[in-house]
Amino acid sequence: MTIEIKPAKASCNYQELVKHDRVHTSLYTDSAIFDDEMEKVFYSTWVWVGHASEIPEAGSFKTTYIGKQPVIVARDRKMKVHVLLNRCRHRGATVCEHKKGKTASFVCPYHGWSYATDGSLRGVPHPEGYADILEKGDHPLVGLRVEEYAGMIFATFKDDIEPLDSYLGPAKKWMDLFMKQGGGYPIKAGNAHRFRFPGNWKIQLENTTDAYHFPLVHKSFLSSVDQQTLDMLDFVEGAGYVEDLGNGHSVMVMIPELVDLEANLDAPIPTRFEELAQQLREKHSEEEVRRIVRAVGGSGFNLNLFPNIACSMAFFRVLQPIAVDQTEIHHVVLTMDGGPEEANRARLRMHEHFQGPMGFGTPDDSEAWERVQKGASAGQDLWILLNRGLPKEVKTADGLRSDVSAETGMRAAYQQWKKLMTA
Amino acid sequence: MNTNLITQVSAFIWQEADMLDHGEFQSWLDLWTADGLYIIPIDPLETDFLNTLNYAYDNHAMREKRVYRLGSGESISTVPTARTIRTTSRFRILSEAGDRVTVRCAQNLCEFKKETIRHYTADVTFELVKTGDSFRIDRKVIRLINADDALQGIAYIL
Repeated sequence: MTIEIKPAKASCNYQELVKHDRVHTSLYTDSAIFDDEMEKVFYSTWVWVGHASEIPEAGSFKTTYIGKQPVIVARDRKMKVHVLLNRCRHRGATVCEHKKGKTASFVCPYHGWSYATDGSLRGVPHPEGYADILEKGDHPLVGLRVEEYAGMIFATFKDDIEPLDSYLGPAKKWMDLFMKQGGGYPIKAGNAHRFRFPGNWKIQLENTTDAYHFPLVHKSFLSSVDQQTLDMLDFVEGAGYVEDLGNGHSVMVMIPELVDLEANLDAPIPTRFEELAQQLREKHSEEEVRRIVRAVGGSGFNLNLFPNIACSMAFFRVLQPIAVDQTEIHHVVLTMDGGPEEANRARLRMHEHFQGPMGFGTPDDSEAWERVQKGASAGQDLWILLNRGLPKEVKTADGLRSDVSAETGMRAAYQQWKKLMTA
Repeated sequence: MNTNLITQVSAFIWQEADMLDHGEFQSWLDLWTADGLYIIPIDPLETDFLNTLNYAYDNHAMREKRVYRLGSGESISTVPTARTIRTTSRFRILSEAGDRVTVRCAQNLCEFKKETIRHYTADVTFELVKTGDSFRIDRKVIRLINADDALQGIAYIL
């Protein structure tokens, strides 16, 4: 079903605000642009809504947002995934207020209208008040178009845009590589750290492929790891790279040896995983031990999928715009479904060490972003400079590539942003 | 009701709170047993902290690292350091067996940093081990009332 969205009045010329190597600060501060973004970006393209493992069984569901619209992601009796507007077709109440769960139906608490997990309207109490003017078939929970790749579930309001497969394009092979951190087990998307920062969503979007900030902002994290890990994370002048994959997507490869987690499993096991390897040897073959331990460390890259999801080293980063100067971020921990407890514990502890409001990494990122938003209110006609890495940028089979600390990823995202905002 | 014990544990817990509010971190580290764990769960109903995701699950090494980070100046979210003033109250002995005492209390913490005041309210459950005429902390589990909501950075020790 096509959802009609009336285009918002274009109050500014987006062609002028996004140049090849810089974008106008109003993109962070103008709430009219934010409102326009909801229509032209979040309600006009493929938006990530969940991972298949979050809704594993018939009747499983989670609630989330697409832009500012509350939605339910549900798996019906036949195991098909639906993304439904969380809004009763009677008088507009949300029909589900739980973050996740399992149900046979969604019942509106106001007048008891009852919907199946595929969104169809099944029950209307006291139907005699409608006689024959209410056709239940005309009033399901509104369903969006849903497609999935590598367990990643995306939805769109648009029936006429390209399929997810071609929207993702070259990003698909990176998603496949990322999922190898299941170590032979299915990936399980678990709990998440949720936090908000007082800044625009695009500030966080840019940060996902920003190697340049890592040694400084994350100095305190680097001070808390062993020497071997420290050397591994000293990647700014290393052999990594950033690549524009088209459609706003990009990948930042920090540690090339960890792009394919199954490659070169004979390499020595890092010191920090030796104890874990010993524990695993009690029940697993040496080959399995090496595959699992390698997977525990996560991938050596951040894949940024425009507009709202990143596969980032060992976790999913979800961004949710709240207002022009307020964004909610989720860092979803990933474990091995059915995998060894010790390996999963290592993943949890690693995630706790860096991520979340009490991690050694996230609060410093958040501080930097907060300061960007604050500084953005200074000056009337200043620009966000995104020209790093341009001189050595080269064309590749998939797009454009430059050194790991280049701002190629940001440029990729803003070109897609401009394309959608001027469509 | 063993009001003597309640007096003793509340004095100990108040002392811990005062140490944290006044930056006496080495003294705070010395309050713990060797295997003690400082845990801040996301799901307030969770009981299996080892196998689920928390905001913090700190053994001795992690507590030391956390304290180091607060003072090193390397973390921009700790500069300026937040001022905290916390109160603990509503002490209830949940169990006493041998030298182990489990006590639950309510903590209200006020944080001030960069023109902003924030409040964090939590149930805090301590497992204390009687040591000499005082105690050591073997478990401190902090369940924020809004633990599963979207928080902001907490750049100090709760």
